[in-house]
Amino acid sequence: MQHVTPAEHGMETSTGLDNRKLLMWLFLASECLFFGSLVATYLLYKGRSTTPPFPHDTTIAGVEYSGIYDIPFTSVSSFVLLMSSLTMVLALAALQRDNRRAAQVWILATALLGITFLAGQAFEFTEFYHEGLTVSSSVFGSTFFVLTGFHGTHVAVGVLILLSLFVMGLRGRLTSERSLNLELAGLYWHFVDVVWIVIFTFVYLIQ
Amino acid sequence: MLYERRARVDAQRDTNAPPEDTHLAMHGESHPGYLEYVKIAVILGAITAVEVGVYYVEAIEDLLIPILIALSTVKFALVALWFMHLKFDNRIFSWLFVGGIMLAASVFLVAWTTLDILL
Amino acid sequence: MASAIPEQRPVSIGEALRGLRHEAATYKGILSWIATVDHKRIGVMYGITAFIFFLIGGLEAMVIRIQLAQPNQSVVDPQQYNQIFTMHGTTMIFLVVMPMSAAFFNLMVPLMIGARDVAFPRLNAFSYWVFLLGALFLNFGWITGDIPDSGWFGYAPLSVQSLGHGMDFWMLGLQILGISSMAGGFNFIVTILNMRAPGMSLFRMPVFIWMTLVTSFLIILAMPVITIALFELGFDRFFAANFFNPENGGDPLLWQHLFWLFGHPEVYILILPAMGIVSEILPTFARKPLFGYPFVVFSGILIGFIGWGVWAHHMFTTGLGAPANAAFGVSTMIIAVPTGVKIFNWLGTLWGGSIHLATPLLFAVGMVAMFIIGGLSGVTHAVVPSDFQQQDTYYVVAHFHYVLFGGAIFGLFSGIYYWFSKFTGRMLSEGIGKVHFWLMLAGFNLTFFPHHMLGLLGMPRRIYSYPEGMGWDVYNMISTVGAFVIAASMLVFMFNFIRSIKRGRRASADPWDGRTLEWTIPSPPPPYNFATIPVVHARDEAWHRKYVEDDQGRIVRVPAGAEHDVESHEAAGAEGHHIHMPLPSIFPLIAAIGLPMIAFGLTYYQDTHGEWALPLIPAGVVVLLIGIFGWGLEPEAE
Repeated sequence: MQHVTPAEHGMETSTGLDNRKLLMWLFLASECLFFGSLVATYLLYKGRSTTPPFPHDTTIAGVEYSGIYDIPFTSVSSFVLLMSSLTMVLALAALQRDNRRAAQVWILATALLGITFLAGQAFEFTEFYHEGLTVSSSVFGSTFFVLTGFHGTHVAVGVLILLSLFVMGLRGRLTSERSLNLELAGLYWHFVDVVWIVIFTFVYLIQ
Repeated sequence: MLYERRARVDAQRDTNAPPEDTHLAMHGESHPGYLEYVKIAVILGAITAVEVGVYYVEAIEDLLIPILIALSTVKFALVALWFMHLKFDNRIFSWLFVGGIMLAASVFLVAWTTLDILL
Repeated sequence: MASAIPEQRPVSIGEALRGLRHEAATYKGILSWIATVDHKRIGVMYGITAFIFFLIGGLEAMVIRIQLAQPNQSVVDPQQYNQIFTMHGTTMIFLVVMPMSAAFFNLMVPLMIGARDVAFPRLNAFSYWVFLLGALFLNFGWITGDIPDSGWFGYAPLSVQSLGHGMDFWMLGLQILGISSMAGGFNFIVTILNMRAPGMSLFRMPVFIWMTLVTSFLIILAMPVITIALFELGFDRFFAANFFNPENGGDPLLWQHLFWLFGHPEVYILILPAMGIVSEILPTFARKPLFGYPFVVFSGILIGFIGWGVWAHHMFTTGLGAPANAAFGVSTMIIAVPTGVKIFNWLGTLWGGSIHLATPLLFAVGMVAMFIIGGLSGVTHAVVPSDFQQQDTYYVVAHFHYVLFGGAIFGLFSGIYYWFSKFTGRMLSEGIGKVHFWLMLAGFNLTFFPHHMLGLLGMPRRIYSYPEGMGWDVYNMISTVGAFVIAASMLVFMFNFIRSIKRGRRASADPWDGRTLEWTIPSPPPPYNFATIPVVHARDEAWHRKYVEDDQGRIVRVPAGAEHDVESHEAAGAEGHHIHMPLPSIFPLIAAIGLPMIAFGLTYYQDTHGEWALPLIPAGVVVLLIGIFGWGLEPEAE
């Protein structure tokens, strides 16, 4: 990360593309299959649970069960994650214009928004747990916790990367010549964001 | 096709100015400015608001699923094109990303169909 | 480290590390291997490790064959039999064919594309260490007695309900191995796309490089699917989740879909590298260019694509329904077309060539012949009614051994005989090699051809014994005899290998009159491979440097002294110290160690009530992070 070899600058590669950036995009293509499998599992098992709580309002054999999802709450946390993509891209734009101080502020803001999202998820998981939804309680519980849990893990890794970059910045090592580090972190972060866009629609909103 | 593109890339590389300049140009000029990013974010926020809004409108219950899918697709595309710079970056990246998405979508659609016929 | 020499000025960790790296960079001693980032050394380590597991998997196969030699035997009990066939399949696929292919990727890709190393040398080292530790973890059950027992495809709910920790080792072991494969896949795609020598356009790349590229794409796209399947299995096993539990709305068939969605691309991951090796060897020994290069390449790409649309042919008897069965039957027949195209191109390459019948060619031709037999029985599986009859019989066992042993293993051996001299500087004995080939070919066919008959006579796979009078006795005995012949052929190979390393004939840089760039550099290659990066003007670049057409259109050797580039390489070699090579690093190993720690923690924490196993999980994460941060912060090149 520190010593930038010529190949890393994308100067000497056969395609003209930077090695690390190509690697990141290949990784994201691979992640599409990762989250694809998880979302597919969730959708396949949608509506197959026989044990409450259920995701949305459900009536089974004349008994009404109210849905467990708190849409307004999740909408807010979705919005938080969405805005973290904005702060992320602003951080990159600032660093590329060599405005390091602004970049630092935006990086920290992105990390904080990510942490806020994670806190929201922790709160949601706890609530659901208290209402009787666990990984083993029903197939809805299994698919929901594993899908959103893996997404949350990705966010947490992203936060860790951002904080590392912030520390690098504090030590003066995050410069416009090294903006690729931030750009790659950004690609990852935005990817995690678009996955949440899919999850929010297919898991939370569509009944 | 890939072959042609490569030939094109090669030709570009040969005729290009020193790599240091392309590096700067790649970051400095082609990416949009702060304001444009904020605009995109405002649109994203608005779409999210609409999504949550239509969720509560019972009148359009039948249309809810297509509407929600369309809206989230737009959001997805906006983030990918602007924030992930696919609109401004090398096409190979777009091909990789879209390829991954399409592959995942098609195989799981087929898997889902075969499992649903069964049930 | 720092406190080791208290009377002196305290040595900072950074300085100590620099010292270690300096020592590792000398290319001598054990540390230089542990910290190596040289693709050739990593390739050698991959190859040796995979071969050791080949022997282990082979011993497991021998136990199976001894048990089945005659009816009603009890060499092993039913449970041990389950464990042995599970470990045999898992070992041969994930610990032999895949890493042996990875060994060839490592050894050959940079040399064939004219690069000094792969794009990410340390990631490459990480791949190897993760593979090694994952393989050891997978086999850890041999010590504790918890051996995986649900078959190599671990069908749910059997794999969920399997008692003990056997399937935990299997599930987490494959997870770790998946990380290794994916890291390798990313690395080789970037290497092939970005690190080619000037002038080597995509359609000047050797076919082996093309097949590596397709395989790597399959790896990075297929592995995530089994990763999720294994996670779901893990959640079912560890936390009583319901993914494959029908009582709570789960569906065991989901496992089959996810597994084969990975599993079918996986069979192409196994065979395409061998096809690439054979596509290099046939032209060299037929002394003419590969027949229909673009067709071979496009067939490979097409196989990669269609390979995603055939997975449910493993599931015809699960009741998918007629439309799905018909569709998958047809797609499976279609994938035979590009495979057939390749075979005709190989035959076309040999046709009219001036054939040099050396050992590598024997193995390559053996691969083509055996693969045709396996391919044909594969087509019979594509016919749904026929498959209903063959499902879970020895006919299937015959099929996949003909494609994986007859195809992949023969292809890999041809590669070993072909490239051995490039990395050791000595030739494998041709005479002993031919003995090895004929023994292996005879043993292979003796072992597996009777399986066709056994299958058609109704012998199911995975039974630990069978009664007399089923008409299976003779074929089983022949098969067991064949297995011993294969074992004997391996002894011959190992003798040849060890003897040739010590006393084999010295090899020149280009003993086979090769066609690709690796033959333009010395055997063994220097650490930096190419003293000056070659400029490529044609497909089969090395050949074109040696031969030209004269006025009458005859092929003649370039007169001595007129060889361009090659001479200048030697001259520039003296200035090799100008080349900046990536520095050795121990952080890939450190990061890799974190993974089995986490896996052990997950396996045992419920037994030990959190006593020692639970802390192992965060400790593993910390080790992983130390490895990653150290990796990120150290300088990677001089």
